[in-house]
Amino acid sequence: MNREKVKSPVLRMVGITKRFPGVVANDSINLELYPGEVLALLGENGAGKSTLMNVLAGLYDPDEGEIFIRGKRVEIRNPQDSMHHGIGMIHQEFALVGNMTVAENMILGLRDIPFVPSMSEVKEQIKKLSKRYNLKVNSDTLIQNMSVGEQQRVEILKLVYRGASILILDEPTAVLTPEEARDLNRIIMTMLDEGKSAIFITHKMDEVIQFSHRVQILRKGKSEAVCNTKDVTQRDLAKLMVGREVLFRMEKKAFHPGSVRVKLEHVNGEDETGRQFLRDISFEIRAGEILGIAGVAGNGQQKLAGVLTGLFSVSSGRIEIDGKDMTNKQPIQMIRTGISYIPADRGRMGIVGDMSVAHNLAMKKYREEPLSKKGILHPKRILSFAKQMISFFNISTPEPSTYVKFLSGGNIQKTILAREIDACRGILVAVYPSRGLDVGATEAIRKQILEQREKGSAIILVSEELDELMAVADTIAVMSEGEIMGVVDAQTTDIEELGMMMAGVRRRSS
Amino acid sequence: MRIGLAKRETRSQKISALVPIISFLVSLILGGIVLAFSKANPLNTYIYMFRGAFGSWMAFSETLVKAIPLMLTGLGVSLAFRIRFWNIGAEGQYVWGAIGTAWIMLYWQFLPVQMLLPLGLLVGMAAGAIWAGIPAVMKAVWKVDETLTTLMLNYVAILFAEYLYYGPWRDPKGYGFPGSEPFPREAWLPRFLGRAHWGLFIAIVIAIILFFFLARTKWGLEIQMIGKNPNAARSLGVNIKWGIILVLLLSGALSGLAGGIEVAAIAHRLQKGIISGYGYTAIIIAWMSQLNPIAALFVAILMAGLLVGGDQLQMMIGLPAAMGLVIQGLLLFPLLAGTIFTEYKIRIKKT
Repeated sequence: MNREKVKSPVLRMVGITKRFPGVVANDSINLELYPGEVLALLGENGAGKSTLMNVLAGLYDPDEGEIFIRGKRVEIRNPQDSMHHGIGMIHQEFALVGNMTVAENMILGLRDIPFVPSMSEVKEQIKKLSKRYNLKVNSDTLIQNMSVGEQQRVEILKLVYRGASILILDEPTAVLTPEEARDLNRIIMTMLDEGKSAIFITHKMDEVIQFSHRVQILRKGKSEAVCNTKDVTQRDLAKLMVGREVLFRMEKKAFHPGSVRVKLEHVNGEDETGRQFLRDISFEIRAGEILGIAGVAGNGQQKLAGVLTGLFSVSSGRIEIDGKDMTNKQPIQMIRTGISYIPADRGRMGIVGDMSVAHNLAMKKYREEPLSKKGILHPKRILSFAKQMISFFNISTPEPSTYVKFLSGGNIQKTILAREIDACRGILVAVYPSRGLDVGATEAIRKQILEQREKGSAIILVSEELDELMAVADTIAVMSEGEIMGVVDAQTTDIEELGMMMAGVRRRSS
Repeated sequence: MRIGLAKRETRSQKISALVPIISFLVSLILGGIVLAFSKANPLNTYIYMFRGAFGSWMAFSETLVKAIPLMLTGLGVSLAFRIRFWNIGAEGQYVWGAIGTAWIMLYWQFLPVQMLLPLGLLVGMAAGAIWAGIPAVMKAVWKVDETLTTLMLNYVAILFAEYLYYGPWRDPKGYGFPGSEPFPREAWLPRFLGRAHWGLFIAIVIAIILFFFLARTKWGLEIQMIGKNPNAARSLGVNIKWGIILVLLLSGALSGLAGGIEVAAIAHRLQKGIISGYGYTAIIIAWMSQLNPIAALFVAILMAGLLVGGDQLQMMIGLPAAMGLVIQGLLLFPLLAGTIFTEYKIRIKKT
């Protein structure tokens, strides 16, 4: 946009270099931000987007480079410095205290609050700001009683309360419904009108097109290009981001479903506090079918996957695998039926970080021959098995004996995928398998899932990316508050229909 | 210039091995400061301690006598720590081992006498296992914090043992001394050097078996998984509840065996002196050996050396025997602090 060009930049980063052991995360990157604009920072995972922004937020100390704010050179050594210069960042993990109110969260961590802060003044201020930006935030609500979208608005409020004029948002839409994402966009736009500006980190091309004025693309720690958003297409962006042409449409064979493998009948689930997380869930999945589960994160999808893998028990209803009653069985019994599971929370559920890549790859098959015999492990066979998997699934690791936690996110996911796909005997439960992965890795993972479908597996794919579901799944069930709002054909549905159901509107049965 | 910490790319094996050694040296320096304050020459004191513990066969055999129960309790505690179960109840499990063995030795004498020792040790192990099993079940089923339960159960065990040797089990011919009748001489665990006994070989064999069990069996792999990421272990089909209970039964059995061996080889009766604090020193041994069973053997000898050497101080230069304990206590701090260097390295940056 030309009107920005005539103004001087509010923020300038020059020659920022940040090295981590073995990798240059940022290689002399320059970045400019003008008042009143949204700059999208686009790149694959590990391209250095978050690193660059963490430098700005005072969390990392750059090895080289200078930062200028409104033309003046500044030193940012810690988050307080950053805040002092009007920079505010919203991380993917919110920095809110759950059992405190909005107002209390507002003043937490502020440097110069009086010993007994006047909460009425804080609340007054919140009311004013909330009204000005249409944030709809009540200062007395406890954070833990708010939805993710509301919590995000509290984070935004926190930034403006502290007087931030440069907002950094790290993948802000990952946790939102399409509707909430549009709301967020409106809020940001109001702020821009006051001369504030925003940088938002993303790896989704459509968001760049929708939300930003300019886009800067990072690849492998280097700045690849800076362009005006209106001059580029999604395809251009993808090419710049990955460095090659990307297939958007997956090759997908015709749908030839076989016999019913998985059947749920009126399944209800309650947690220890009596809160219902699944309500009357019924569906069937046949061999060679991918059932996509859509919904905003936290609406029971992960619990559903947990029920299918024996991690959560149900309070009523029936789960059948191949016609056999498998309701409330232990995880090991579900594994023995041939279920493979790709969990949402990789680090917590999928891998043991402090163990080797080889051991992690063997964690499904170590119980039986050839990897063990009568309980005694066979280290040589484990190693050669691991080497096979590493080369077949293209896992990049220094050694099979390297601890998994030292791998990148994409390679950790490939390790899980390799183990689960290899051990899969007909049923695959995949939860957010491509979350946070770059285009290349996402493509590889979708291909593997489709391959399983062709082999006749029954697959449940939980995803928050509607494009992914429409491209990969055969049928799509939409969940809201633990309930299935409707089941539609992936070929014929559209974003609007899915979006309505995600927001909790039941589909009229046709 | 600024000094900071940078995360290592891989865990350094060399540093992992160096940390306990450097920690020991640091604790000697810290102990030296304490000694200097009590107007003793640190270097001379350490030389006295070393001579007292390792200076002669006689001294070394006394060190071994203390090292044997430390080895077994150290192995037991390490095993529980591997699944992040903070079993600080080795002391109680040890005492129950002693009670169990003594019970067989004293009240099952209608059996052939050569059966008393093996059966006694087995019952001692079972008693120790049950004592560790109680907090394990409470943790596995109701998520009760194990640090509290294991610690509290120590007092129950110790007081019950006291009740026995002051009360119903007291030797009527013992001149009022708090202790049971002696065990039949044929059922004693044989000695081979001074008071050092066959318990040493039992401990070594168990350590080797444990080493193999942990490194090379599927159960060892599952123990690692439970310890390092219980959530992932569970979703991969490992039964966490049974894992906790079985590992703790084994852990308690090892401490129980330590107690059983102690009464069968050294005291030859259940008596007051049996309660010794070995179960607490075992915690330091577990940390310092980094939960490695073979390393635990050597660390136990070192810790026993500190105890025996400390006793010598009292006799030779009139310093309190607790000096050995002070150094043991000082060990834990640099050890815990030192583990940061296995994950991080120091980075000096010029500005």
